[in-house]
Amino acid sequence: MAVFGSGGSRMGGARGPSFGVRFFCYALISIVLMFYDKKGGWLETARYGLQAAIYPLQLAVNSPSAAWRWLEESLTTREALQKEVVALRTQLRDQQLVTMRQAALQQENATLRGLNTALPEVIEKRLVGEVISVESSTLRQRLIVNRGGNSGVHKAQTVITGAGVLGQVLRTGPFSAEIILITDAEHALPVQVLRSGVRTIALGSGRSTALDLPYVPQNYDVKVGDLLVTSGLDRVFPYGLPVGRVTKVTRDPAEPLANIQAVPIANIDAEREVLFIWAREGHPAAPASTAELVIETPKPAPKPKPATRPAPKPAAPAATPAPTPAPATTPAAETSGAAT
Amino acid sequence: MNFARREPRWAVFLTLLIALIMQAMPLWDWLEAVRPAFIALAIIYWSIYAPHAGGIFAAWAAGVAFDVMDGEVLGQNALAVSVVAYIAATLHQRLRNQTLVQQSLFVFAMLSFNELIVWAIEGWTGSMGSAHWRWIQPMVGAMLWPFIALLLGRTHSRI
Repeated sequence: MAVFGSGGSRMGGARGPSFGVRFFCYALISIVLMFYDKKGGWLETARYGLQAAIYPLQLAVNSPSAAWRWLEESLTTREALQKEVVALRTQLRDQQLVTMRQAALQQENATLRGLNTALPEVIEKRLVGEVISVESSTLRQRLIVNRGGNSGVHKAQTVITGAGVLGQVLRTGPFSAEIILITDAEHALPVQVLRSGVRTIALGSGRSTALDLPYVPQNYDVKVGDLLVTSGLDRVFPYGLPVGRVTKVTRDPAEPLANIQAVPIANIDAEREVLFIWAREGHPAAPASTAELVIETPKPAPKPKPATRPAPKPAAPAATPAPTPAPATTPAAETSGAAT
Repeated sequence: MNFARREPRWAVFLTLLIALIMQAMPLWDWLEAVRPAFIALAIIYWSIYAPHAGGIFAAWAAGVAFDVMDGEVLGQNALAVSVVAYIAATLHQRLRNQTLVQQSLFVFAMLSFNELIVWAIEGWTGSMGSAHWRWIQPMVGAMLWPFIALLLGRTHSRI
């Protein structure tokens, strides 16, 4: 390194400290930044401000694809639009059929639970955001959306599409938020098989069309086509949001765990609009708070599930500390926990 | 050298902005794999031909901006690019006398070093950013160097 110390670092005249001194300062600042960024804390505020400064640049980065989309949209033919309208009408009618009896069912559910009135919807508030940029690689599956702290978006908030769970907020700026998708290789999502009640963890695979469920024992009741919903045990996602559908179940007799794959229901990398949702505090389906997750003396209801028999779905998974089939602390589960 | 000569500060600022956009632009997977570190390339150029225009501060600021944009640990790219800027700036007189092709070799070494620092920090902070093909990228950068240097050479008056 002696070579670098010599030479014309001051050729331009006396302009303050030499490169060496300056470099030392900036390197020191960088290292301090890294240290505190990793530790969290006050640097979050600095980052929040920096995100705002960077926002126009992010818009610029995305402008080519945005321009292309605009061009594509404005050149849509009449026929294509008509087709879309017909498709949307069909979809609306189908959904109306599904929701027609919802009020009656809610009342029935309340009666069964011995409540006087039906519970309100768990989603208290929602906010539509537009996707600014998409990062979809094997290492990272992230979105940047044009809503941030100024709209009330906060860290570890649930983000969904009309179809199902998309991900959670990883970082916010005043005007933008970075969303980690459920298919990101660093994301883990506690889920439940709706049909049988089996709980496990869905890991992102790094591909936008696949989720891995590596912690399901061989004899647990999971079939191809099963719907996975969020289990609400993670303190992030409310209970019962559709996540994915099981596409492959491989049971190798030599292995203790089954090899299960699922496909996310939300159209992960083709979404233009996403929904931020706020769960109603204190609702049984809302994400569990820390106090609710404390395991007390076991109540009679949640026995360890006999996996082959469909177990009754627990009404409030947040309140019942049922044993999870998956090992409680997997490295990836920690990631999800750290994100909360 | 003329003391009163104006430094191409605006050129430095604008080219770094463009480099930042080019490096942060989302691309297809295969293209992303071979995309060179444009910020480091621009910084090497300015460190050789106008070491006092932006100085190490410009490198550091561009690095921080990229860290924020990319959601990396704050300071990761800033440190890597500052190191590159420092080495290139200290050697700038020697490098100016070389041909562009000779400089490519130095650029290759610097981009590899830049990548090595980022890789080491990623390993330390535990983010999983490791892929084998990331080491192709300095090669691509070195091959693009003569063109980039010629292009950037047009943005300011050389002595």
